[in-house]
Amino acid sequence: MFVDTIAAVSTAMGEAGIGIVRVSGPEAIDIVRKVFRAKNPERFAKGLGYRLYYGQVVEPDSGSSIDEVLVSIMRGPNSFTGEDVVEINCHGGLIAQRDILALLLRLGAQLAEPGEFTKRAFLNGRLDLAQAEAVIDLIRAKTSLGASSALEQLRGRLSRETAACRNALLEVLAQIEAGIDFPEEDLDLDSSEVLTEKLRGILSRIQELLKGSKRGKILRDGLSTAIIGWPNVGKSSLLNAFLGEERAIVTDIPGTTRDVLEEYISIKGIPLKLIDTAGIRTTEDIVERLGVDRALQALEKADLVMFVVEAGRSLTSDEKKLLHGISQERLVIVVNKIDLDPDWRPPVDGPTFYVSALERRGINELEDGIIELASGKQSAESAVVSNIRHINSLEGSAAKVRDAVNSLRDKVPPDLVSIDVRAAWELLGEITGETVGEDLLHEIFSRFCIGK
Amino acid sequence: MEYSAGKYDVIVVGAGHAGCEAALAAARMNCNTLLLTLNLDNIALMPCNPSVGGPAKGHLVREIDALGGEMGINTDKTAIQVRTLNKGKGPAVHALRAQSDKKAYMTSMRRVLENEPRLDVKQAQVEKLLVEGWRIQGVVTTTGARFDALSVVVTTGTYLKGRVIIGSTTLTAGPNGQLAAMGLSQSLLDCGVELGRFKTGTPPRIHRDSVDFSKLAIQPGDAELPHFSFLPTYNPFLQGKAERQLPCWLGYTTRGSHSIIRENLYRAPLYSGIIEGTGPRYCPSIEDKVVRFAGKEGHQIFLEPEGWETKEMYVAGLSTSLPEDVQISMLRSIPGLENVEMLRAGYAIEYDYIKPYQLSLSLEVINIPGLFSAGQINGTSGYEEAAAQGLIAGINAALKARGRDPLILSRSDAYIGVLIDDLVTKGITEPYRILTSRAEYRLVLRQDNADLRLTELGREVGLVGDERYRKFAAKQRQIASVKETLSARVVSPAEVEFQALLREKESSELRGPMNLLDLLRRPELTFADLARFVPFSEVVTGEVAEQVEIQLKYEGYIEKQGAQIARFQKMERRRLPMDLDYELVAGLSTEGKQRLISVRPLNLGQASRISGVTPADISVLMVYLEQRRRGVQA
Repeated sequence: MFVDTIAAVSTAMGEAGIGIVRVSGPEAIDIVRKVFRAKNPERFAKGLGYRLYYGQVVEPDSGSSIDEVLVSIMRGPNSFTGEDVVEINCHGGLIAQRDILALLLRLGAQLAEPGEFTKRAFLNGRLDLAQAEAVIDLIRAKTSLGASSALEQLRGRLSRETAACRNALLEVLAQIEAGIDFPEEDLDLDSSEVLTEKLRGILSRIQELLKGSKRGKILRDGLSTAIIGWPNVGKSSLLNAFLGEERAIVTDIPGTTRDVLEEYISIKGIPLKLIDTAGIRTTEDIVERLGVDRALQALEKADLVMFVVEAGRSLTSDEKKLLHGISQERLVIVVNKIDLDPDWRPPVDGPTFYVSALERRGINELEDGIIELASGKQSAESAVVSNIRHINSLEGSAAKVRDAVNSLRDKVPPDLVSIDVRAAWELLGEITGETVGEDLLHEIFSRFCIGK
Repeated sequence: MEYSAGKYDVIVVGAGHAGCEAALAAARMNCNTLLLTLNLDNIALMPCNPSVGGPAKGHLVREIDALGGEMGINTDKTAIQVRTLNKGKGPAVHALRAQSDKKAYMTSMRRVLENEPRLDVKQAQVEKLLVEGWRIQGVVTTTGARFDALSVVVTTGTYLKGRVIIGSTTLTAGPNGQLAAMGLSQSLLDCGVELGRFKTGTPPRIHRDSVDFSKLAIQPGDAELPHFSFLPTYNPFLQGKAERQLPCWLGYTTRGSHSIIRENLYRAPLYSGIIEGTGPRYCPSIEDKVVRFAGKEGHQIFLEPEGWETKEMYVAGLSTSLPEDVQISMLRSIPGLENVEMLRAGYAIEYDYIKPYQLSLSLEVINIPGLFSAGQINGTSGYEEAAAQGLIAGINAALKARGRDPLILSRSDAYIGVLIDDLVTKGITEPYRILTSRAEYRLVLRQDNADLRLTELGREVGLVGDERYRKFAAKQRQIASVKETLSARVVSPAEVEFQALLREKESSELRGPMNLLDLLRRPELTFADLARFVPFSEVVTGEVAEQVEIQLKYEGYIEKQGAQIARFQKMERRRLPMDLDYELVAGLSTEGKQRLISVRPLNLGQASRISGVTPADISVLMVYLEQRRRGVQA
């Protein structure tokens, strides 16, 4: 009955120990297949319903694991919604659930409206008539909620910025469409070079918004902070010093931390997602090698990098190379074991903190420094996008603008280019809640003197 | 005193572009049909520009033709210049436009009407619609003749309470010095139909011999003669020879013209308050353009011949209701027109229209079963828009008379579907003109495939005759066979001649065998390039080659649009019962409820396009429908 496959986190965010991401619709099973690596692939391939499958949710492009999960399949029409339903039981907490959901949306699932699973259940005959009113209540609850959040958005910088991008797209669209619908008018239309220029400008504004979305994400998900350094400089001790408990295994044998550990701490209201990584060095040990690779990945994704060096030991050339590869604005140099050589200074620039993780010295100053950096990021002059739906729309829109730019470059006819521009515009409209329609004609008629 | 003057299946009131199509369609569908006109000498009059087609409008004409309508054929028979616009753009927006000989267009259409069996054409002014027992019964004329009918189609254009304005002069009239229809407006109001008031205008006409063409740029027709109709016709003016076409001419207004206009703005009815109706933004008067785009140095004007025989020329771009003396000085300020003789003054016309939300998608007035309306009376502008509606209203009036279900084209079927859905569902605030940017499935609604999209439908309702249908079937067959032949012909790198062709076309050379069907997908290769390497068993017509080429080259885009259409149609198929009482649907928003009650959508898709109806309202409706379905079952 429904063409769309919908997905949503169906447990309360953040609280529960286990989170459930639920997917329902004709493509539910196919979409999940793309991201789920079952421990026992043959068993999962059969896809029998009402069984649990153990495995990993992985990012399909990079192959990196997002979470360890249990997946269950319930085939329609005997499921809750009457459609094919897949439930992914993952670890509780924001990150895993959000990442999994974001991945499913990227692969074509639509974010479910509140009450939508129930609505489908009713429409597919899975709920009895008496429950119809409850379903309507759910739908209506959504709109009043939506209305108030729409109001909030209206005040926000996000919707102003989005509206501005949307207007700019509309201008481009009007240029193209006016040329198509009024070929004989003397319209002084932009050349394809100018249009390309304008689209590039819009693209970078959308990307700016998406960067802002990363900042929003910091507030929501925590500032992801990678602790990076050569083996045995004391990264795990540092993590423990933050946490105040022995979570990472700390030994003096290089390479003890063989995987990436994630922990959350809150420093003065700002959540920090600390990622402790295996020491980075060239190694023959395969298990350790894996840890090192993941450390490098974590490094790339992190908002902030704490580069830990050991006081008194001069940096290796590999260390220096790695250090120079990290952009300044997200780099914090932590000189550990300062008790061993109090006068030692690192041979590189950048915000530097001197600590002794084992003795818990200098940790407060380091925390303050991190907050300063993090709040600096927060107060940047751009909109904060925190809603996963918005991020989705922005990313989709950016992709369409990019397509349009490429089409112009490839001399694709304008009526085809306009398909992408229009799609980009509509996607942004999903954020501001406006839809296509008379806007375009209004733009054409107010901009151009038409009237043969 | 009323007298009974006859009984018909279908009566059409008004013989403009909508009325002619409506009457012909009904009669060709074997209904005894009566067409009433204010003036037999003005059948299919073109009171404004002497041209047919253009972007989206040309698409409409081809769709009318594919369904078995007359406008395409009549234009082909009477064109004096033909062009394809937008050639540099994608095939979806290529658009035919023809300059017509106005007189010949009218004569030719009248001949077709008069020769149509089952169609009577009479001169009369309808004053009253007869509505009894909740349905239309017939019409009464000002002279007391009562005609009974099963269906009535009103296509009275801009004649309803028409008021013509030139400067401070206003007179009650239809366009071009015709009578206005005063009584019918009141009769519609009496039937409970809500009317609005629109304004439109037309430019002055001038004498060809008073123009200095050396100061204007020539606009010739195309080197080939494209045609609207999928059927062949004979055009006595062009006789199949492109060089016989008459040119149009391009000139510009000057700063001098603009000062004349500005100095006389106080005399312009548009600004003095005489004109109250809303005019179209895409067709503003010259005074409006000068005021709104004050920075513009010159506005384009096109001189278009009004006909083959006459010396009268139409000044496109100079629509105005300024006083006559100002019109003359304005004209003479244009280079090339210094000594021009104005033959007719431009004017504005105000008229009543039926607010189209009162219609269903079949163009039937929802509250008056059996009464249909089509054309400018529904708030549109343009001959093509009128004809398209006329055809659909005529078909549905005939189907209604036969007790059959209406023909409804959707937004993914045709521009006609876009046009009618826009009118009925979205409502209008100015005279409506079709535009390609209104069609969300533009890539599929091309003018080249109008026959492939619609001929079968036209056949089903009984409008597509054997000749057209045979031609259509042959074309379909040939497209399939050409594709087959192309895919069967595999070229290999060893074919030196072929490699040479690729080099010449700057297309990458073959490294392995490849079939020609796939090669034709390359943008730089055309059907003609490849055709000489294929042993076709029959001659491939240009139409077929074009179709194959477009289908292949744009396949990716077309498929994407196909997927969008599939989603769209899913909602279009969810019918809403006509007896649905929205007052009883708990949970609808107040505004949504009101809009649903007034528009009465046919299906959930249409409901979702009504402004004021939210996605949540649609969800609520879905739940309600399910409740109702189960309630009925229980």
